Amino acid sequence: MKDWPLWEVFIRSKNGLEHRHCGSLHATDAQMALENARDVYTRRSEGVSIWVVPSAMITASQPEESGELFEPAADKAYRHPTFYVLPDELKHM
Amino acid sequence: MSEMEIKSLEERFNQRIANDEKIEAKDWMPEKYRKTHIRQISQHAHSEIVGMLPEGNWITRCPTLRRKVALLAKVQDEGGHGLYLYSAAETLGISREELIDQLLSGEAKYSSIFNYPALTWADMGAIGWLVDGAAIMNQVALINTSYGPYSRAMIRICKEESFHQRQGYEIMMALMNGTQEQRDMAQDALNRWWWPSLMMFGPRDAESPNTEQSMRWKLKRKTNDELRQAFVDQTVPQAELIGLRIPDDKLKWNEERKHYDFGDIDWEEFWQVVNGHGPCNKQRLEARRKAHEDGAWVRDAAMAYAEKHANKTYRQAV
Ligand SMILES: [Fe+2]
Ligand SMILES: [Fe+2]
Repeated sequence: MKDWPLWEVFIRSKNGLEHRHCGSLHATDAQMALENARDVYTRRSEGVSIWVVPSAMITASQPEESGELFEPAADKAYRHPTFYVLPDELKHM
Repeated sequence: MSEMEIKSLEERFNQRIANDEKIEAKDWMPEKYRKTHIRQISQHAHSEIVGMLPEGNWITRCPTLRRKVALLAKVQDEGGHGLYLYSAAETLGISREELIDQLLSGEAKYSSIFNYPALTWADMGAIGWLVDGAAIMNQVALINTSYGPYSRAMIRICKEESFHQRQGYEIMMALMNGTQEQRDMAQDALNRWWWPSLMMFGPRDAESPNTEQSMRWKLKRKTNDELRQAFVDQTVPQAELIGLRIPDDKLKWNEERKHYDFGDIDWEEFWQVVNGHGPCNKQRLEARRKAHEDGAWVRDAAMAYAEKHANKTYRQAV
């Protein structure tokens, strides 16, 4: 027997919030993945909506690339509001 | 990769752990870290799955519907815990099939406690109260473990566990409020489950050679003896509250240590059970093997069905 494909499960805990990754499971097809996700990840009303995605369909950045991908943001303090020095009297800006 | 490169990677890795950073699946890790984690996480997963057996055995014999829905929900949770943990182990590059094979071939271990029989209804109380209680003690300490997927599985599991212990204690409480026969039944269950529960924390620190490495990797956050002591301290007053007597003549509050002193564990028995000679080792593995074999045609049929319908349209999210 071959292993059933792996699926990643994303749950929206309530309307107004985003779907969040909460784990993975094996299932033969999308319908079974949805049903299993419901049984495994929403037994205590943790969700109002489920996404299931075949794990093989996800393209992920690699830790080795973290430097070139994310470090350039580190020295760009001017993208943050606190970079701009304004008088104390000025409130709420 | 040269030895020098590995060494510097390893140094950086140890530094990350020392800084309380989490390690994620795709990060570089020493081979030994990977292997040790696969072993511990999968043992943990197997324990959840085999742990369904002693209680599953009582679902059809619960005294009331209230007890039945609770026990059913608990056993179902344990199946879920097994799944979270198998998934976490799989992120380290081992397949589900290999993991299951290791359990069924007897190569992998699971918690020895599940090799004891559940003889009476009171055992459902004792298991929830003591066995889940001890498991919670272990698992709460693991929430801060260094491997991200394991830590996340622990958070989810701990949230679900607390009802397990409460429903067990409630069963014991109800029996202790009942007839003499029921009280005897509760005491008998405690007598049988107390020592095996203390053994759940594993060998004494002095006899646990892997503890030091595991502590450094934050795969373990507290030692076996520390957790065992915490469990005794927590459980003794709970027993007293409902009139149960802990079956240990040496049990005594030590005012100086601010902990309970307790008697010696029968380590002979512990190793017997670990090495496959407990009262139910054979029965448990046979039950798992049978379930897996009997389910094979269902798994194959489901896969064949999915392949046949591979081209059907998906209901898309956006
Ligand atoms: Fe569990
Ligand atoms: Fe549990």
